[in-house]
Amino acid sequence: MLHRSPAHPDAQLMERARAVKGRSLLADARRRLFRNKAAVVSMVVLGLITLMAVFAPLLSPYAFSDIDYDVISCAPDWWPGGGSFTCHAGGAHWFGTDIVGRDLFVRVLYGARVSLAVGIVATLVSLAIGVLYGAVAGFAGGRVDAVMMRIVDVLYALPFIFFVIILMVIFNQNFILLFVAIGAVSWLTMARIVRGQTLSAKQKEFVEAARAAGVGPFGIIRRHIVPNVVGPVIVYVTLTIPGVILAESFLSFLGLGIREPFTSWGVLISDGASTMETAPWTLVFPAAFMAVTLFCFNFIGDGLRDALDPKDR
Amino acid sequence: MADPVLLAKNLDVRFATPDGEVHAVKNVGFEIGQGECVGVVGESGSGKSQLFLAAVGLLAGNGKVTGSVSYRGEELIGVRERRLNNIRGSKITMIFQDPLTSLTPHMRVGDQIMETLRVHKRMSRDEAHRRAVETLELVRIPESRRRMRQYPHELSGGMRQRVMIAMATACGPDLLIADEPTTALDVTVQAQILDIMRDLRKELNTSVVLISHDMGVIAAICDRVHVMREGEFVEAGPADDIFYRPVHPYTRMLLDAMPRIDRPLRPGHVALKPLPANGEAPILLTVDDVKVHFPIRVSGTFFPKYKPLRAVDGVSFTLKEGETLGVVGESGCGKSTLARAVIRLLPKTAGTVLWCGRNLGDAGQSEIRALRKEFQIVFQDPLASLDPRMTIGESIAEPLRSLEPGATRAEISARVRAIMEKVGLDPHWINRYPHEFSGGQNQRVGVARAMILRPRLIICDEAVSALDVSIQAQIIDLILSLQAEFGMSLIFISHDLSVVRQVSHRVMVLYLGRVVELASREAIYSDARHPYTKALISAAPIPDPKLERAKPRRDLSPELPSPLDTRSALMFLKSKRIDDPDAEQYTPKLIEVAPGHFVAEHDPV
Repeated sequence: MLHRSPAHPDAQLMERARAVKGRSLLADARRRLFRNKAAVVSMVVLGLITLMAVFAPLLSPYAFSDIDYDVISCAPDWWPGGGSFTCHAGGAHWFGTDIVGRDLFVRVLYGARVSLAVGIVATLVSLAIGVLYGAVAGFAGGRVDAVMMRIVDVLYALPFIFFVIILMVIFNQNFILLFVAIGAVSWLTMARIVRGQTLSAKQKEFVEAARAAGVGPFGIIRRHIVPNVVGPVIVYVTLTIPGVILAESFLSFLGLGIREPFTSWGVLISDGASTMETAPWTLVFPAAFMAVTLFCFNFIGDGLRDALDPKDR
Repeated sequence: MADPVLLAKNLDVRFATPDGEVHAVKNVGFEIGQGECVGVVGESGSGKSQLFLAAVGLLAGNGKVTGSVSYRGEELIGVRERRLNNIRGSKITMIFQDPLTSLTPHMRVGDQIMETLRVHKRMSRDEAHRRAVETLELVRIPESRRRMRQYPHELSGGMRQRVMIAMATACGPDLLIADEPTTALDVTVQAQILDIMRDLRKELNTSVVLISHDMGVIAAICDRVHVMREGEFVEAGPADDIFYRPVHPYTRMLLDAMPRIDRPLRPGHVALKPLPANGEAPILLTVDDVKVHFPIRVSGTFFPKYKPLRAVDGVSFTLKEGETLGVVGESGCGKSTLARAVIRLLPKTAGTVLWCGRNLGDAGQSEIRALRKEFQIVFQDPLASLDPRMTIGESIAEPLRSLEPGATRAEISARVRAIMEKVGLDPHWINRYPHEFSGGQNQRVGVARAMILRPRLIICDEAVSALDVSIQAQIIDLILSLQAEFGMSLIFISHDLSVVRQVSHRVMVLYLGRVVELASREAIYSDARHPYTKALISAAPIPDPKLERAKPRRDLSPELPSPLDTRSALMFLKSKRIDDPDAEQYTPKLIEVAPGHFVAEHDPV
C-alpha cells in the first residue's frame, strides 16, 4: 500500500490536523512523473536542446546560411584520426562544415527548430483531433460511428504525397502547410486507436454510474473515457513524433518541405548520408541529436503513461 | 485403519510478490478419510483455495510449498510432475468455480470427457464413449448422447458445471476437490448441483472436499467442516458442532452474518424500519406495464431477421415513500434491465413510469438529468463501477458536480467529507484510488456516491452480491441505517432471497421478464403460492445441517428456457401454451389472492 496511516498516535493526530486537500489525477500524475528519473532527465535534455535551438544565433559566430568555400567538408578540429581528412575547419566550427562550407553546429540547431516544431505541433494536432474524433465516434456508436469512421477510411485512401502536392500547388509552399499536411494525415490512426479503446471503455460499469450521476455525454468523454484510453494513446504518440519528423525529411527531400538554405534534421541526415564516407560528421551530429531527442520523447511517454495510471506506484 | 485418502501435515504456502512475501497458508494440517465430505469455509483471501492447489501441486509459479501431503501414504510434495499427472485427473480431481473457463472452448464436451478416460484408463474409443455417456447420465444430463456432440458455449452454466463434474468423476476418483463449484450459479441450479454431488458420494463412495464461502452450501452436504481465516484453521470439527456449538468467535461471526431465509430478523443487526402503519405513505413511483425488448439477430447477413428478446415483458408495480421493494429472480430474468429502464438508463419499449405523478417517458434529456438528483443507483461490482483513474473523493463528488453546478469547491468538499463519515469511511481517504481499497470499502464509496444528493430513491442492483458475508452484513446494516435516517425508498435487486427478505417491505419475484408473485415479505415466505417462488425458497441453502438434510428435494427443469422462445414464459401455465416458438402467447394475469398479495396464473401443482 502506498498510503499507510502512520502507526504512532501523535503522528496520526498530526495528519488529522493537516487538512487533506482533494487532489486531481493531474496533480497526482505530475508528482509521479517527477519521481521518474528517466523522464526527468529526458525532460532536462529536451529542454536544453530546445533552448539551444531557440538561442542558436547567440551560440556561434556563424550564420546558418554563410557559405565559405575555404572550409568545404572540413572536419572539426577535435575529430579523431584527423590526418586522413583533407582539412580542419578550425575556429568555432565545432561540428565541422558541410559540402558548401556552412557551419554544421548552427545548421543542426536550426534544423532542431524545424524538426521539433513539426514533430510537436503536428503530433499535438493529430492528438487533439484524433482523440476527440475517435472518442466521439466510439462513444456515440451506431450510425454516427459508422459515418465518422467511413470518413476516416476515405481520408486514409488518399495518397499522402498526392495530397501534399495539391496543397502545395494551391497554397504555394509555406511552412504552416507542412504542419497541416502532416497533421491531417497522422490523426487518422490516432482516431482509430481511440475509437477502439472507447468502445471497450464505454461498456464499463463506471460509465453507466456516471450516466446515473447525471453527467452529460461530453462530460463522460472528458472525465471518464479520455483518461482511461490514455495508455495506448501515449504509446502511439511516442511513435508518432519520430514518424512525423521522418515524414518531414521525406517531403523536404522531394522538395516539398523545407527549402534551402533552411534546413531540418531530416534534410541534414539525408545530406549527411550521401557524404558519410568522406565527411562522417555531417551524418553523425544531426543523427545523434535526433536519436537523443527521440529517446527523450520515448522516456517521457513511458513516464507519462505510468504517471497517469494510479495503479502504478 | 487404512491410510486416509489425503493427509496433510505442516503445509505452508508462501508467495513471492513485488510487494513482499505473502504467507497464504500457515502450517496447516488436515486429514480426509474414505467417503468423507469435508467442507472448508472461509472468506476471500483466507487461503482456502491455495491450500488445495498446493496439495495437488497446481500452485502458481511464484508459490513455494513446504510440509507434507500424502495420498494414501504416497508423498505428493516434491514428486515428479509425471507421477503427479497420473494421480491428478484420475485419483484426485478438481472442479473449479467457472465451468466455462475450465472447459476447452473448441472441443466437444464428449471428446473432453473421453480424453480423460483414454489418457488415464487407456480405454478404446468405443469404451470411452460408452463410459462418457454413462457418466453424463449419472450427473443427470438429459439426452446425454446429443450433449456429447455439443460445444461448451452451447450449454448453460448449470449444464457446464455438470459436465465438469462428469469429467471429474469419469475415472472413478478417490477424492473430488470442488472449489466454489456453485458460486457462479443460480440458486435453483445450485441446489441441483449439490444434490448431484451428494448422490455421487453415496453411489461411488468418493471423498469430497468442498471449498466455499457459503455456510449454507457447506451445511447442505458436509460431514466435517474446517473454518479458515488468514491462512489458518481457526476451528475444525463435525458439521453439527460447528453449526450448533461454534467455539471460535470468527465462526460465530460467520454464522451470524449469514442471512437466513428462515429467519428474517437478525439479532444484533440493524432492523428494517417498518412503514407508517396508520396513514398511507405517498406513492413515489408507479411503473405500469413496462416492456424492454432487445432485437436479436437470428439469421441473415445482408438482410438480417430480428427477433425480440423480451428481457422485461409487462411489469407493473408501485413504490411508496420510504418503502423497500425487493426484486428477486435468477440470472436472465430481467431484474437489472427493469431497474435501468425505470430510471431511464436504458430505453424502454413500452409502458409508463410515473415519478411523483410525472411521466418520465416524455421528459427531455436535460429534464431527466435534473431529475437524477432524486434517484440514484448502487452497482454490483464495487471496483468496476468506480473510475480507476479518479480518486474516490472525486467519484463521490461527481453527482454533486454535475447536478448542482452552483456548489462551490468548499461546499463540495465539505459534503463529500460528511457523507464519507456517514458511510463509515475516513474522510482523510479522499485522495485514494479504488484499487487501494477492499471490496467492502469500495462499496461504501458506491453508497456514498448514491447518497450524496440525498435522493428519494436508491436502486441497489445486486449491491451486496459480490461481497463476503461479513462485509455483506455490514453493507446491509449501512443501507438500512441510512434508510432509517433519511427515509429514502429502495429497490433492492438480488438473486439471493435470504438477503432480500431482510431488507424489503415487499418482495417481487420475476421469471423471464414477468412478475410471478408480489407480496409482503412475510407472506412471500410463509405463504408462497407460485411454484417458481416455492422452488426458489426451497433451493436457498440454510446454514443449518439438520434442516438441510431434512429438506425435500424438488426438481425444476434443468435448463433455464430460452427467452427468445415465447413458449418458455408459460412454463408454469402449460395448459394455455401454443406450441410454436414464435407465436404470440397468452399473458398470465396477476390475481390478488390476499390483500396486497399478487400471484400470476399458473397450472395447479
